[in-house]
Amino acid sequence: MGTMDDGRRKILLDIDALKCSYGADMVLDGVSFSLHAGEILGLVGENGAGKSTLVKCVMKLVKPCGGRVVCDCRVAAIHQEFNLVRDLRVYENIFLGRELRGRCGLLRRSRMRRLAAVELEKLGAAVDPDAKLTDLSISERQMVEIAKATIVDSAVLIMDEPSTLLNAEETGRLFAVMRGFRDAGGAVIYISHKLGEVLAVCDRVAVLRDGVLVDVSPSGALTPVELAGKMVGRELTCLFPAKLPPAEGEWVMKAEDVRAGAAVRGVSFELRRGGILGIAGLAGSGRSELAETICGIRRMTGGTLRLFGRAVKITSASDAAAHGIAFLTEDRQESGILGDFTVAENVTLSSLRRYLSCGFIRFGRENAAAADYIGKFGVKCRGTGDLLRNLSGGNQQKVAIAKNLDNRPHVFIFDEPTRGVDVAARRDIYDFIHDLAASGVACLMICSDLEELLGMCGRVMVMREGRTAGFLSGGELNEQEIIYLATGVER
Amino acid sequence: MRKIFGVLGPWLALALLLAVCMIGEASFRNPMNYVMLGRQAAYTGIIALGMTLVIAAGGIDLSVGSLFALSGVTALELAPEFGGSPGIGLLAAAVLAVGAGLLGGAVNGALVAVWKVPPFIATLGTMSIFRSLGLYFADAGRVAADNPAFSLVSGDVTIAMLVGFAALFTVMLNLTAFGRHVCAVGSNEKVALYSGIHTGRIKFMTYLLTGGLCGVSAMLWSARLNGISSSGDGMGYELDAIAAVIVGGTSMSGGRASMSGTLAGVLLLVTISSALVAWGVSPNLQNTVKGAVIIIAVLFQYKKGVGK
Repeated sequence: MGTMDDGRRKILLDIDALKCSYGADMVLDGVSFSLHAGEILGLVGENGAGKSTLVKCVMKLVKPCGGRVVCDCRVAAIHQEFNLVRDLRVYENIFLGRELRGRCGLLRRSRMRRLAAVELEKLGAAVDPDAKLTDLSISERQMVEIAKATIVDSAVLIMDEPSTLLNAEETGRLFAVMRGFRDAGGAVIYISHKLGEVLAVCDRVAVLRDGVLVDVSPSGALTPVELAGKMVGRELTCLFPAKLPPAEGEWVMKAEDVRAGAAVRGVSFELRRGGILGIAGLAGSGRSELAETICGIRRMTGGTLRLFGRAVKITSASDAAAHGIAFLTEDRQESGILGDFTVAENVTLSSLRRYLSCGFIRFGRENAAAADYIGKFGVKCRGTGDLLRNLSGGNQQKVAIAKNLDNRPHVFIFDEPTRGVDVAARRDIYDFIHDLAASGVACLMICSDLEELLGMCGRVMVMREGRTAGFLSGGELNEQEIIYLATGVER
Repeated sequence: MRKIFGVLGPWLALALLLAVCMIGEASFRNPMNYVMLGRQAAYTGIIALGMTLVIAAGGIDLSVGSLFALSGVTALELAPEFGGSPGIGLLAAAVLAVGAGLLGGAVNGALVAVWKVPPFIATLGTMSIFRSLGLYFADAGRVAADNPAFSLVSGDVTIAMLVGFAALFTVMLNLTAFGRHVCAVGSNEKVALYSGIHTGRIKFMTYLLTGGLCGVSAMLWSARLNGISSSGDGMGYELDAIAAVIVGGTSMSGGRASMSGTLAGVLLLVTISSALVAWGVSPNLQNTVKGAVIIIAVLFQYKKGVGK
């Protein structure tokens, strides 16, 4: 059992001068802290600061090269990447690797199904334990991932960015579960890029920078800006660039009662030159589906889409590109960039036509264009020939943006543009979106993080059940109003 | 550096093998032997070039051997209908062979790209269909060419065709938008689709081209042997072609391809067969060695991938 600390609370996990390296890179350089029973410890840091490696050391997935991890109790972890099997059902995933077996070694399916249902109920997730994973939305999958960890009878729970894919309501329920777990004598390590949330839910916050633990303080003593400053190691005055006013320019795109099957059931909006229109809504409200419809990936089953006054028919992604619509997708690994292509090859992926002469690729011009973007966005890589999978998440996102920008769009749709991107690179991306809008490109920004949405957008469209629920701007634009519209609660 | 090694790897292995053969076996010191090797390599080699594109785009084509036989049979059965001089007969046969190959390739391409049948299953089906149609048209026998002009297509023409197509396909893969898009589709089809690439068209084209090359290869084969057997010819070509692609360093999961590697792979496999014959190893053991070479080649690739 754990030792007692100052006679009050038990230490569940003790990390002492932990060192870990991948090749020549020192990822963790002498990290020490202890986790007490009955606390939620926030762990923050930029991408590459060593958070995930720290988790892997605790979980014994990575062998440290120095120091030790002392832990006598059971630890459950939710890793940053999904660890779910797509073809299995929800309850089968939750019990994966620790299936309940009866006599003769046969699976006790109904019991597993029932326990899974109870656990999901506790999390407030309306997920059928019998559903196939492929039928779930990305936030429902995240709930399954969380249930998979909480169903284990453990004393320490490590959560690596569990809320990235969740909306405000789901995040709230997750926090309630975490607090319940803490009050029952457990301890939680909570890793997130959403600093406001970290400060709200955690008792203490530990900051990692370049593999070194630079600060551990009670969360009450910090503001998000101070915390971000500790993470990047310099003063940050503000997380967001100056907000653009709602656009008054000519309208570029007009959607009139746009429909696509069951997912999008009547959305209308006007997108004006020089502004950022935010789209808010709960998971399943059809935001990403709307973007996919506009970009020709999903078939439009009704309504009209006008660009510069003319009704257009977009039936494929190449149509959308030809009309000057760029789409930064929600899931960069799955639909944004190619890991085994080089930076230059990714940049020109959808604009290759411009780099051909007599049908042959002009490699010189391609590399020059890529080098230009690398310089402009400050992409950290070894050169235009570096494979994209060697880049960090934030830098991959910058390349994904460059790829879209190289098509010279009039309309740029961002779907969760800062997902899995650290604070410093986040600010780069905010600045980029801001400058792009200011330069006259009409921007549409889908975002689950309300703080981000409010920080960036002068006007927000809220969606509910595939429909436009309303527009907010000026004084009405605040979290409360968004939630009211998104949930359809009458005041 | 790693990139250069990746391109040269199969060629280095080939050079090493040839050096060993030259030391150990007198016949490998005779230049004529290499012309023989080149001819042997050409028939599957030409097909393997197309297979490289198919695999780079994330697909597989099991029907190439059957389509080879079917296009040869079609050409030789129908060419005499055009009558005329032997020259016209040769031309007609060539057009018919390539045409039949392209048609078969289009069927594969449509199944995979339009009807979204998994490539392994689609081409497993057509493998059986093409072979059976060939047997039907030729009454399960051999179709003779009966055309003196066929002797014009010598072994040297065959080697020239292999080199010519290899050059053409290398340029296509590395220097054109089509080649880039083939690799993009193989690397991640969804990303390619979202990037505005016509993924269906790209996949269709890879099967179409491979089918056409089956026709070319069948024509060269028929000319050299003055006929084609509907039952035996082209048997196992799909495996030889796939093996050459793998040994040449093209990733089986798509995304990265090397045309020159495929050429080296074909030559490597032919050289191994030839050396085993020269050393008097039982022909029944030949495929054991071939199989081992394929597995070793993949292990090498896998190790490289993990090392990154």
